[in-house]
Amino acid sequence: MESGMIMTLMPVLLGMFLAPILPGLVNRTKAVLAGRNGPPLLQLWFDIMKLLQKGAVYSRTATWVVRAGPIVGLAALLVALDLLPFGSQSALLSFNGDLIVFAYLLGLARFFTVIAAMDTGSAFEGMGSSREVFFSMLAEPGLILSLAALCRHSSAMSLSALYPLHDFTQLLAAPHIFALVAAALFIVFLAENARVPVDDPNTHLELTMIHEVMVLDHGGPDFAFILYGAALKFWILGSLLTGLLLPFRTGSAVADLLMAVLAQCGLAIAVGVVESMMARIRLLRVTQFLVASSVFAAIALGLLLR
Amino acid sequence: MTLLIAAALIHAFAGILSLIPRTERRTAAVGVAGAVGAGLCGLPPVIACLVNGSVETFARAWSVPYGSFSITLDPLAAFFLLPLFLIGPLASLYGAAYDMKKQGRDGTWFFLHGLLGGMALTVLSSNTVLFMISWEVMSVSAFFLVTRDHARETVRRAGRTYLIATHVGAAFILGFFLLAGRNAASLDFADLSANAGSTPAWLLLLFAFLGFGAKAGIMPLHFWLPEAHPAAPSHVSALMSGVMIKMGIYGILRVLLWVPLPSWLPWILILFGVMTGVWGILFALAQRDLKRLLAYSSVENIGIITLGIGVGLLGRDLDLPLIAAAGFCGALIHVLNHSLMKSLLFLAAGSVLHATGTTNMDRLGGLAKKMPLSASTFLVGSLSICALPPLCGFFGEFLLYLAGFHGLMTFLPQAAIPLSLAIGGLALIGGLAAASFTKAYGIVFLGQARSPEAEHAHEAHPAMFSVMIILAGGCVASGLAAPLVLDFVSPVVAQLTSSHAGQVRILMRPLQETFWLTTLVGAHLLFAIASLIFLRRLYLARRSVKETGTWDCGYAAPAARMQYTASSYAQPMIFSSLLRPWLRPRRRLASPKGLLPSAASMSTSVPDIILEEAAEPFLRRVADLLVPLRKFQQGQVQLYIFYIALTLLALLAWKAG
Repeated sequence: MESGMIMTLMPVLLGMFLAPILPGLVNRTKAVLAGRNGPPLLQLWFDIMKLLQKGAVYSRTATWVVRAGPIVGLAALLVALDLLPFGSQSALLSFNGDLIVFAYLLGLARFFTVIAAMDTGSAFEGMGSSREVFFSMLAEPGLILSLAALCRHSSAMSLSALYPLHDFTQLLAAPHIFALVAAALFIVFLAENARVPVDDPNTHLELTMIHEVMVLDHGGPDFAFILYGAALKFWILGSLLTGLLLPFRTGSAVADLLMAVLAQCGLAIAVGVVESMMARIRLLRVTQFLVASSVFAAIALGLLLR
Repeated sequence: MTLLIAAALIHAFAGILSLIPRTERRTAAVGVAGAVGAGLCGLPPVIACLVNGSVETFARAWSVPYGSFSITLDPLAAFFLLPLFLIGPLASLYGAAYDMKKQGRDGTWFFLHGLLGGMALTVLSSNTVLFMISWEVMSVSAFFLVTRDHARETVRRAGRTYLIATHVGAAFILGFFLLAGRNAASLDFADLSANAGSTPAWLLLLFAFLGFGAKAGIMPLHFWLPEAHPAAPSHVSALMSGVMIKMGIYGILRVLLWVPLPSWLPWILILFGVMTGVWGILFALAQRDLKRLLAYSSVENIGIITLGIGVGLLGRDLDLPLIAAAGFCGALIHVLNHSLMKSLLFLAAGSVLHATGTTNMDRLGGLAKKMPLSASTFLVGSLSICALPPLCGFFGEFLLYLAGFHGLMTFLPQAAIPLSLAIGGLALIGGLAAASFTKAYGIVFLGQARSPEAEHAHEAHPAMFSVMIILAGGCVASGLAAPLVLDFVSPVVAQLTSSHAGQVRILMRPLQETFWLTTLVGAHLLFAIASLIFLRRLYLARRSVKETGTWDCGYAAPAARMQYTASSYAQPMIFSSLLRPWLRPRRRLASPKGLLPSAASMSTSVPDIILEEAAEPFLRRVADLLVPLRKFQQGQVQLYIFYIALTLLALLAWKAG
């Protein structure tokens, strides 16, 4: 009974504690490939702890919205974690159609991040917001059509019915479908997490930033919430992808969880490798890159409808 | 039924009485009292009908030919009366405070009651003649309300566009009734529905969709909406967008109950629904005027509702009862929720107009500090209309998604293909809506004032913002109580799927369960927000919290004019290679010239291509063709009497011969 309870909570707990390690792993990979030592893996946890100890500075122009942005953004992502299965373990909460609620919770988080940025009245943050809504508008159909294709394939309408039951035999039965959906989800993952080639988290020029520029005017605990939320988003969207591509099923729930964590780490390393190998693409090209996600998902769905 | 007749009579009397008093205050008192009284009379029977699913009819012989004076209250009618009796009194109350000074005896209240009473009778009437009279009372009253500020040329132009669109629509509706009732014993709806089968279904449906679609604003008949809504006073825009355009949806649903439906109809509805939704929200994104943006967003929502009706019909045709129920239910819930959120948004936009004198977003900004209540209620409306949980707008779209996902799993290609189109369309609409409404809220209410007018804005009158707070509360409540709203809608769904309310309730139990769990997710969200607020307060308790200027990258003299504007916010999207060919934005550029350039300017605009490139040229063509007919119009009374006599003689000859 006790251990059963702990197992149900595992997807949430693992996400909450391990998510901030993934960005550290990305940075470490990039550093190693560039011949540096790089920051410690737990750097993001250290940053968050430090930021929580600091005071806050708010813009005079801003209203309560700038204070609400990080909180609603983080809360929506934490609640999205409730709906997310991990390994072979079902989510804390699952019902038919939870994947739509999941997708729209991510939308809620984005809405508040965007209006919090606009609250400061800065041209840079307005520009970041404009780009963010543009790219997420293009990524949204990709995400939902991917989930629709998965639903159609497995005749299930809940994330917890799709992912924990998915294994290698299914993957090998229809490799082309899963390849297309994984490609679509990978693009969505890169765009939503502001990674290369859509956005460059390392850029130092406000004009070229997308996600980073929106949070320029947040500091202290608010910024800690934002960093933590970004890590959670990486974990959440990443597990949609790793759960699909690396569905280890050993028969033991604990071993499955462990394998899923390792798969998440693998994804982080892959992102680090991608970022070491290529620069971001031109803003105008991003449109085409993102539309490709919807196209892949639509082709997968179309093949299934035949 | 008596109470409903009383409500209609109250509208009539209040309208006439409002012409008598000499002072504005008394006129407004009569107007508001009438609307509130009618709402209080109307709501009990409407709610009773929706709870019991009962049908009541009242019929009396009258001297008008072709049938009797008959009105019927069935669940479908009751459902469309609900927003009318809810929004009507609230919009009137707002209107009284909104332009206390303007409306003396100019008849605003008379026409407002004409609009409200006309809509009530339109929904209730079950006789063609009565229906057409009520429809015209509604449409013409709306015309006078739209053109109230007729001193402005743009308003007159908007009024003309509206009048033409609405009357072309009415002509098609009349045509539909004449075709449907060709062989019927009378033009009462009961006889009409029995005889509708004698005319080809596609012809009847074409007429009905052209007629009712023009009122609802289905693409490509939507072009009057973005003209008329910004021209009308804001409480009238709220009524038109929240209630009046739904009359078109009501008409379509009523017709679907009569006409034997061909199997391609759901495909057409889903296709037009997606097209209307995507185009509506694309144009909303491109607008600079707040009220035009909201009008285009209404077009989008009509698209979603049409899509829902299509999904429902598809489920009914293919004998998939859950999809039928979810589709119709999604469309109906969206009708109700859209009436709440869109009225709220228009009223908040009205407060902005009232406070600053403009709805040009590029001249606004920073209003959240000047008018915090209007800003917060507008935010609630925006979140709701972007379908973000846990607010009410989410649940209608959620039902359509659920219907779509259920359809994907049926393995019937004729269900799965249109439904995957619906899913893709809804996802695209969702992303675009978020872009449009972050723009509307962010540019108008956040940042710094972009003009002196915005600088000197003030909060709305207490009567105005209390109405907005009630509507915002409605958006929240309807979202939190969504599982209960589902029960409320089931008699209407039963009528549309020709089953019983009890059956529909049993059928929708899994959907209701999903809704309860979604509410649980919403509750968890609120809990998480509350705990994070607490956490931050804990951390900041003993730290310094300072205020300073926005980070400006070290620039010494930032100014409000440097902010991103509504146009620049949308620019990357509407000028992107993806959307540009559809939106056809225009850019006028006077670039700086010479060694010491002085003046330079750039302006962009996104006109409605349907209006500019299809509707207007077509109407001009028609007008040119009709020029020869002017010969018959000489302005002499004798000649007109001669025409009448000639017509009578011809009719006599036809009848006798």
